[in-house]
Amino acid sequence: MARTRTPVVSGWFTEHPATEADFHLIGTRCRTCAAVFFPREDTCCRNPRCAGTELTGVALSRRGRVWSYTDGRYRPPAPYPSDPLLPWRPYTLVAVELAAERMVVLGQGAPGVTPADLRVGREMEVVPGVLYEDAERTWTTWHWRPVGWDRG
Amino acid sequence: MTGDVAVLGAGMHPWGKWGRGFTDYGVAAARAALTDAGLHWSAIPSVVGANTVRGGYPGQVAGATFARALGARGARVLSVYAACASGAHAIAAARAQILAGLCEVVLVVGADAAPKGFFAPAGGERPEDPDWLRFRLLGATNPAYFALYARRRMALFGDTPEDFALVKVKNAIAGAANPYARYRTPVSAAEVAASPLVADPLRLLDICATSDGGAALVLSSLDFARRHGAGRPVRIRAVSTVTPEYPQPALDLPDIATDSAAALPPAPRSFRESIAGAAYEEAGIGPEDLSLAEVYDLSTALELQWYEDLGLCAPGEAAALLRTGATGPGGRIPVNPSGGLASFGEAVPAQAIAQVCELTWQLRGQADRRQVPGARTGITANQGLFGHGSAVVAVR
Ligand SMILES: [Zn+2]
Repeated sequence: MARTRTPVVSGWFTEHPATEADFHLIGTRCRTCAAVFFPREDTCCRNPRCAGTELTGVALSRRGRVWSYTDGRYRPPAPYPSDPLLPWRPYTLVAVELAAERMVVLGQGAPGVTPADLRVGREMEVVPGVLYEDAERTWTTWHWRPVGWDRG
Repeated sequence: MTGDVAVLGAGMHPWGKWGRGFTDYGVAAARAALTDAGLHWSAIPSVVGANTVRGGYPGQVAGATFARALGARGARVLSVYAACASGAHAIAAARAQILAGLCEVVLVVGADAAPKGFFAPAGGERPEDPDWLRFRLLGATNPAYFALYARRRMALFGDTPEDFALVKVKNAIAGAANPYARYRTPVSAAEVAASPLVADPLRLLDICATSDGGAALVLSSLDFARRHGAGRPVRIRAVSTVTPEYPQPALDLPDIATDSAAALPPAPRSFRESIAGAAYEEAGIGPEDLSLAEVYDLSTALELQWYEDLGLCAPGEAAALLRTGATGPGGRIPVNPSGGLASFGEAVPAQAIAQVCELTWQLRGQADRRQVPGARTGITANQGLFGHGSAVVAVR
């Protein structure tokens, strides 16, 4: 039986991209001061000099540069979805700096990306990814992958 | 100094994994602080508790829980929560009561009974909670964030895992001389390097454990201290509890992204710099006046970050300062002479109070084998989740 593709959190990224190039993280932009927020702020601008309450969805830059990175050698606690009966496979976490937005966004590395593949400053792109699968659903998320990555 | 309050008493329950409830540790610490102050509980008109999120409902009304356990008798009560800064916020609340003239003496208590392993968020399905989301979406544990900061320092400043290990070696030496510390054996750089990687580049011995423990202070007005016969008490001269300033370009626990600095330039000071800066300004001192500092070394690399945020050295120079021995025993500015979180493990609401207990004993010259000679002025600093930080300046 085919699983339904369901975003692990709704409204944060393109849900049904036709191609990888169509996939974006989605933040919001204040219509008053143009401040950008990710995760999205939908009711109230957080710029202390602004009282804006109208925020609209905005696609974030697809590419940025590694700000820092690490991995998780031990299984994180719930609510991280992970089957305790299966051996733990470390995953990589990457913090990527987006130049236009002047912000850093965390994400897991695409499958196969390890700390050894990364260095601070390396160019990365956001790609659709899968956080986990259960009986009915494939829970989708975003991943960071080095630009020009050709493994895995 | 009209803004000063006196530290009449300091007390702690040793840190460890004792398997009892947090109330026990808090009550033991409170009784020790009262004994140290030479006051009976019946003489205390106000108690402020630092809450724990791990003790069920009693943990979230810690002031009342401690007051009840000590023998409820109508004292003014307050319970405070500010993540890792809870203890310092409890001190801030007590100080405000004293400076406002609401009461002359206040008991401050914090205690925790910690779980095994990673701190985890509260249960349930809560997609509006960034702390829940970072675990759910990314599995980003606290050590993962510490590791991101450590890797960033390596890339930016050339810090090495050996530098980080040296922090642990230094703090383990200090902790071995502290009867309240949980870990009291020296640790070698080789042992740090041989401990398992938790979050690249940080290893198990780079990251502070979670502990049971309790700490308490008896604070009073200077008038009360004088009448009570405390001629030259340690005095708290500043307590900083500032929020970050938007936009913060540093990735802070538990956030998945930083603020954007595209519409408004970043604040001139980083959040951690502003925590110390506000305390310095209130106390009318600078980093050059310090005899010692107790900082929140959740990881070895974070201790180095604090050197820079406290202004003990310029950005990027913390590892060099460490290597000179300036922050070790007998150095120019000993940091974490208590042994730090490296030797204690974190007992969240007690930890910032324990930092002030250490300042108190150091400034009184009662720190035995870990005494900083001639200590006159000390600072504590910490940072907790959701933009909570604190710094306390004490003088004698
Ligand atoms: Zn705005």
